[in-house]
Amino acid sequence: MNSMDTPKKLIQLSKEDLLSAINGLKDVSYTVSPNFNDNAPGPGDNIIKRFMFPQPEPLLFLEREGKDMVHRPYCVISKSSLNPDDDTSHHTISDTVAETIILGIRPCDARSLWLNRLACEEDNLFSRRVDGLIIFGLLCNKGLSTCFCEDVGGGHQDVRGMDVAMIDDGDGELRLWAVSKKGLYILNRLGIYEDDIIDGLMEGATDNSHEKVGDCSLLDELMSKDMLTLYNAPFWQDIKDSCLNCGACTFLCPTCYCFDIQDEAYGKVGRRIRYWDSCMFPLFTLHASGHNPRGEKIYRVRNRFMHKFKYFIERFSHISCVGCGRCIIHCPVNIDVREVIGLMRAVS
Amino acid sequence: MKKDNILDNNYLPFAARIEDIVIESEDGSLKTFKIVFEDEADWEKWRHEPGQFAMLSVAGKGEAPIGIASSPYERDGLLFTVNRAGVVTTALHEMAVGARLGVRGPLGNGFPVDGDLKGKNIVIIAGGFAFTTLRATLLYLLENRGDFGDITVIYGARTPGMLLYRNEFLDWEKRDDINLYVTIDREAEGWHGLVGFVPQIVSQVNPSPEGARALICGPPIMIKFTMPPLEKAGWQDNQVYLSLENRMKCGIGICGHCSSGPIYVCKDGPVFTRAFLNTIPQEY
Ligand code: SF4
Ligand code: SF4
Ligand code: FES
Repeated sequence: MNSMDTPKKLIQLSKEDLLSAINGLKDVSYTVSPNFNDNAPGPGDNIIKRFMFPQPEPLLFLEREGKDMVHRPYCVISKSSLNPDDDTSHHTISDTVAETIILGIRPCDARSLWLNRLACEEDNLFSRRVDGLIIFGLLCNKGLSTCFCEDVGGGHQDVRGMDVAMIDDGDGELRLWAVSKKGLYILNRLGIYEDDIIDGLMEGATDNSHEKVGDCSLLDELMSKDMLTLYNAPFWQDIKDSCLNCGACTFLCPTCYCFDIQDEAYGKVGRRIRYWDSCMFPLFTLHASGHNPRGEKIYRVRNRFMHKFKYFIERFSHISCVGCGRCIIHCPVNIDVREVIGLMRAVS
Repeated sequence: MKKDNILDNNYLPFAARIEDIVIESEDGSLKTFKIVFEDEADWEKWRHEPGQFAMLSVAGKGEAPIGIASSPYERDGLLFTVNRAGVVTTALHEMAVGARLGVRGPLGNGFPVDGDLKGKNIVIIAGGFAFTTLRATLLYLLENRGDFGDITVIYGARTPGMLLYRNEFLDWEKRDDINLYVTIDREAEGWHGLVGFVPQIVSQVNPSPEGARALICGPPIMIKFTMPPLEKAGWQDNQVYLSLENRMKCGIGICGHCSSGPIYVCKDGPVFTRAFLNTIPQEY
């Protein structure tokens, strides 16, 4: 808390009281991150990715009508989508998207939502779904040795992407405050806050950030590098030699959002679904003609890092990495994204 | 927060059906589908630019990105010339008149017919079945003939039987406001036109870069060998437009499949100047 301004309206409350209040909401579902319970350092389980990008996600419902199969909108991720044999319930169209509270994710993961919105907001299935998410973020007291959120423009106390920010100092009491209108709305609904603090709230949302948040010299540095010089740097060759192209890093990464689309048909019904894909896989770019623009491994390895640390910056003026360190922890051949960043930094 | 209709879904195609099928090539690998929308209201809203593409969707099989071959002025249906290559295009080839399918689009940018191309001499260079969106473009130019200078078309295919839109080429040949050069790779019986690969013909025709723009579509190898004769004739990279084809899934710049460096071919393209392409990694 020390390096952070005190938020305007701080609420003090036990974890049990917060949970039971949330439990009492009839029409809002919730998911609790393990971090919420034990406040263990580090990003923890990647819950948010499954809510940003359900795996798989139905895009369309397909059904046979006469001789032909036709397309129908698939509006909500209803229970029926899980049961493709039930061919009537697919037609249920709800006009509300269920609200879901995500309780206790870390600033890095909350920030991934904020970053992914930049890239995916035109996709109205994505937008509608994440608009229904209510993020109760849990600020970090300390990180793991693999955490580097501050280097990429985030921080232990970064509240971007959150609706409610929470601090757990280990005494069983949470301190929390709303950082968005949605957060204010939910705290009101939970009956743990009744004031109208819209003005204070907006102030709070900006000035309670850690001083390091947003001060990202890496971003400025990468922005000023020449794209083709980075692309043609010799070190990609060495990284390529060790990488297995297994794709673990991309699947674990909260800011990797590439997907594939496939049709599944079962007799009279089917669905068009999307699911996670990875630029590490050779099929990802294979043309029908057999030509493959990223056919060699070096292209694919380079693409993952160039996307996060150059291309995304070109398009959206932010680094597409939140420094969660998951790819460092799980890469089977110990490729460390921080070292790759160092190599990119050294290119002149 | 974007408030849209719960039914809005970027992935829902317009319901459509095949109204006509023309077998374009002697080997049957190329067919042109005339497609009409089921709902008149959808069709009323549809507007496209020459050079844009759409996703053709066969429910249960998937989608394939196909260039729109009809011009914006042909309002009795959309034309798509489809090369049988993958799962979806094979399924399309097996479909009959009356069959239902989906059309998602129009997607991507088009040739800047209303911008940079206006008032210029236009040189269209195409090889193989890549003439499709250039047909749309050529028809647009002819419809607005006064807005453009000289129009030169250099088009080549392997054999006479592989040339697209043969009847229309016969009509265009009769016009005196198009310089038409149609070529086939090797001598063939009954063929009295030009013989030679597209790059050779380009170098013979030697189009002047003066106040001109070139629009090039074709296989990568053709494009590669077409550039040197153009460069020799003094063409600059910002006078040359290319239309790219990458693997695509979403068509709206998110899924990542079509990326080439920082660009998404589906959304930023498929049309780019060569000058721009020189500034990014060449992954297409
Ligand atoms: S690249 Fe690695 S450290 Fe960065 S957000 Fe993705 S998984 Fe986390
Ligand atoms: S996890 Fe490691 S080995 Fe696997 S694709 Fe990523 S960088 Fe390569
Ligand atoms: S096809 Fe998905 S990004 Fe272009």
